[in-house]
Amino acid sequence: MGRLRSLLIPGVDQKLLVRDAVKIMPDLARRRFIAGGTSLGALTLLTGCNVSDSSTAENLLARISKFNDAVQATIFNPNALAPTFAESDITKPFPFNAYYELDEAPEIDGKDWKLEVRGLVDNKKSWTLDQLYALPQVTQITRHICVEGWSAIGSWTGTPLRDFLKLVGADTSAKYCWFQCADKDGYNSPLDMETALHPQTQMSFKFAGETLPRAYGFPMKIRVPTKLGFKNPKYVLSMEVTNEYKGGYWEDQGYNSFSGS
Amino acid sequence: MSSLAANDESSMSDAAKVIQPGWVRTVHWINAVAMIMMIMSGWQIYHASPFFAFRFSHAVTLGGWLGGALLWHFAAMWLLMVNGLVYLAIGLLTGRFRKKLLPLTPSGVLADTRAALTGKLAHDDLTKYNYVQKLLYAGIIVVGILIVLTGLSIWKPVQLQWLTALFGGYDVARVIHFSCMAAIVAFLVVHVALALLVPKSLRAMIIGR
Repeated sequence: MGRLRSLLIPGVDQKLLVRDAVKIMPDLARRRFIAGGTSLGALTLLTGCNVSDSSTAENLLARISKFNDAVQATIFNPNALAPTFAESDITKPFPFNAYYELDEAPEIDGKDWKLEVRGLVDNKKSWTLDQLYALPQVTQITRHICVEGWSAIGSWTGTPLRDFLKLVGADTSAKYCWFQCADKDGYNSPLDMETALHPQTQMSFKFAGETLPRAYGFPMKIRVPTKLGFKNPKYVLSMEVTNEYKGGYWEDQGYNSFSGS
Repeated sequence: MSSLAANDESSMSDAAKVIQPGWVRTVHWINAVAMIMMIMSGWQIYHASPFFAFRFSHAVTLGGWLGGALLWHFAAMWLLMVNGLVYLAIGLLTGRFRKKLLPLTPSGVLADTRAALTGKLAHDDLTKYNYVQKLLYAGIIVVGILIVLTGLSIWKPVQLQWLTALFGGYDVARVIHFSCMAAIVAFLVVHVALALLVPKSLRAMIIGR
């Protein structure tokens, strides 16, 4: 990078130069470049006209999305429970869904795995699976709603996240619980504290009464029935309590960050 | 002499006659823009999890991919909702809905439909709607309200779960939302075709008379 910088002509605005360079890239490369470089992925305005050409439209959409985050946080009722269903309503088979194929899903050895706890918590010790299994568990049968539009009803068993946050002495006045996961390309996602403290937000260890299978996030998934599916982290490695917005795998590509149901 | 005077008077009042007041024209065109953005981004969103075999051409979708389309959809929804509420409020308060759309009787609709199909339906006075127009304009207002409510119910199926339940649950609400879109697009085809066939109605929606 240092060498590259020295090659730049003095007086040339680097940002503008990069933007011009991006414009002449082939469409696909340009999209990927922009998806990696900015918070909003490939947006196409009308036919063949890329919004990235017009950063005004992109910025405006991003600002409205932030406004929508605020609106949703206001609408969010911490006491409103997601509807629950009977066991007979469970969708079978419950779909596997990810940005990769099932055979690319993380294969985690439960014996070696530990949940790392970081940030604004009193007790930063890591938790083994057996230690987590020993915590009191509850079961919920709720509807998983995907950002894509489909939905499926599933049964999840585990420990309410708010109980765990209390147990580790988390600063619940902090803004986010930020989860990092084992998915390829490093899935991560921020969960606002209000939602983290919702009674149905759960550290799930079982699906349909059986140990959480690999397809659904073994060894631990965060089940959030008040959020869209992409904000339900699977294959969780660590949780950080933080006031900083650290972004997320999908959020950075343009999915609305709050995405509440 | 007297007939000339009468003619003068009627042509004067014709010139002064505003068919579409300014507020109607304003909300109409804002609605047109918002609606088109909602429909085109909605088609892109539909592609992520389609419930029919068909897909919309990428040439007519907005957003490029699901994430982009959702940004457009959840931005344009504010324009659509706020503009729609302004329209409903002024329409009700000024009595325009009552004056233009009522009375709406089945016999009137039947008679005017028959007249329209046999080419006998006159439309020399653009300030007065025939019964077919009344039915379509009243109907599209109802569909407009329904598409916003079903949209809210699938956006917030937990916070607004009573609304989602009212529409028969999340999956059914999604299908109703889509069906309302189909009704609006069908309306749009007829509406635009007729506006082009009767250019003075289009002119009235642009300059008022």
